[in-house]
Amino acid sequence: MMLLLRNVSKMQRIFEHARKSNRKNKNAILSISDISKSFGGVKAVNKCSFEVKENTITSLIGPNGAGKTTVFNIISGLAKPDAGAIRLEKKNIAGMPSYRIAQSGISRTFQLTKVFRNLSVRDNMLIAKKTNDEEIKKVLKGVYFEKSLDTIASELSYGQQRLLEIARALLMPHKLLMLDEPTAGVNPRIRQELRAILKNLRKEGKTILLIEHDMEFVMDISDRVIVLNEGRVLREGRPKDIVKDKRVLEAYLGK
Amino acid sequence: MYEYLIAVFAYIFIYIILVVSLNLAFGFTGLVNLGHMAFFGVGAYASALLTLHGIPWYIALPASGLIAGSFGAVIAAITVRLKGDYFQIVALGLAFIAIAVSRNWISLTRGALGLPGIPDIIKNNFYYMLFLFAVALLSVVFLYWLTNSETGKIFQAIRDDETAAAVLGKNTYLYKVLSITISTFFAGIAGSLFAHYISFIDPTIFDLEFFVIILAMLIVGGLASISGSILGVTVISLLLSAISFVFTNISPELIGAMRQMLLMLILLLILIYRPRGMFGKVDV
Ligand SMILES: Nc1ncnc2c1ncn2[C@@H]1O[C@H](COP(=O)(O)OP(=O)(O)O)[C@@H](O)[C@H]1O
Ligand SMILES: [Mg+2]
Repeated sequence: MMLLLRNVSKMQRIFEHARKSNRKNKNAILSISDISKSFGGVKAVNKCSFEVKENTITSLIGPNGAGKTTVFNIISGLAKPDAGAIRLEKKNIAGMPSYRIAQSGISRTFQLTKVFRNLSVRDNMLIAKKTNDEEIKKVLKGVYFEKSLDTIASELSYGQQRLLEIARALLMPHKLLMLDEPTAGVNPRIRQELRAILKNLRKEGKTILLIEHDMEFVMDISDRVIVLNEGRVLREGRPKDIVKDKRVLEAYLGK
Repeated sequence: MYEYLIAVFAYIFIYIILVVSLNLAFGFTGLVNLGHMAFFGVGAYASALLTLHGIPWYIALPASGLIAGSFGAVIAAITVRLKGDYFQIVALGLAFIAIAVSRNWISLTRGALGLPGIPDIIKNNFYYMLFLFAVALLSVVFLYWLTNSETGKIFQAIRDDETAAAVLGKNTYLYKVLSITISTFFAGIAGSLFAHYISFIDPTIFDLEFFVIILAMLIVGGLASISGSILGVTVISLLLSAISFVFTNISPELIGAMRQMLLMLILLLILIYRPRGMFGKVDV
């Protein structure tokens, strides 16, 4: 048994390695060029450019108010960019209504969880995709969701609502999954579960754009890290290069 | 007594169509349509004018639903895209426009004189009451089916969180317009049935008083519950009619005032003790 486990983990390491060495050749699923967005006088996002490559986890980090959520809102069509282009594979999606961007394959969650509070767990999931209980249960199980399908969403704890929201985003057919601070505001047990979920998603080769505050976790899980500060990309690179960067440390510690 | 009971039930069936359709927009989709009664009035006038010009009722009845629904669709299409509560304001505005038109477009509506002699659909009141029952039943069955369908669930998702519905690929704008169109279609049908029942309508049909009654029925029954709406209509209608029974030797004005007081009392008690109404699924 132990032997088997050791072999499995060894194989996983080999896969992991293959995956990392492959990264250079991977296609960009999402490419953002020079997007900007102001609210009144505030330049929330200022000429931001980056890419998200296929089968990678790209993390967006930066202090509060750096513009991370606004970038998410622009990508998902909830905020209109003042300038710039957004390409999902070959398709320019900038300025499209959010439902069409979703249909094109971008699924997301919110910093403050959004569930359909008066609908059952099952109906919440069915809004994402018309499917049977079997598939719904499978996806919910994958995020360690524990309650029955008939539970009304408002009766779930905040942590369980967060898991439901992630399951719902996973169920919707997508090419890119965007998670806005999935581990924030939940109890330590759910936080551990969320980390495990992300690790599993990584193994499955999902393409994910992640906003996350826990640096240790970000550095552990990400293929690439983008540091945002005052709406600009301050630095972009592999986790091990980012942790050493002086400017990044200043942006975090200097504030 | 017999005639009176028939009248009570005739009104109950008309109110059921009105309240269940208001529930579709308000309770199930989260769109507060303060002008719901304006669509009722539009349907009543449409049906009256069509039949007075020789069009048979079986065309006028669906046509008045379609006319009211078209008004609803146009207003919704213009306003529900805007953030905030513009839809409510414009829909209420429609009520005032409708009053103005019905009062002042004399050549069409005869203004305050109203339209008398609207032909009956069925002469016998008892059989007409049964006809109203059948139409109400059909409407309820349809709306029950709709609210439990995929489309109905999307309406409810939009009510709970429109942004979340949008990022799951739902064209929330189209669904909101659809909900209002169906809702106002049924308001128009109810208006037509009403006009052919009392055979005379005038601009007072647009009075806000009516709206207060159906809103009370909706809230007492509970938002997002069809059986709640039916119960709300029945309970309030029977209680209000009971007043006329209990106090037989009182002037009509006093009866009217007492009915309004009773209505407010019921509403107050419900809001205090059962904020979700009798069968409500969501908070008011
Ligand atoms: N809808 C909005 N209206 C006005 N200002 C906004 C809005 N959304 C974000 N901002 C401002 O834009 C800046 C970036 O915010 P946000 O994208 O939420 O940052 P982050 O997610 O990195 O914490 C902040 O200064 C914030 O106050
Ligand atoms: Mg944020």
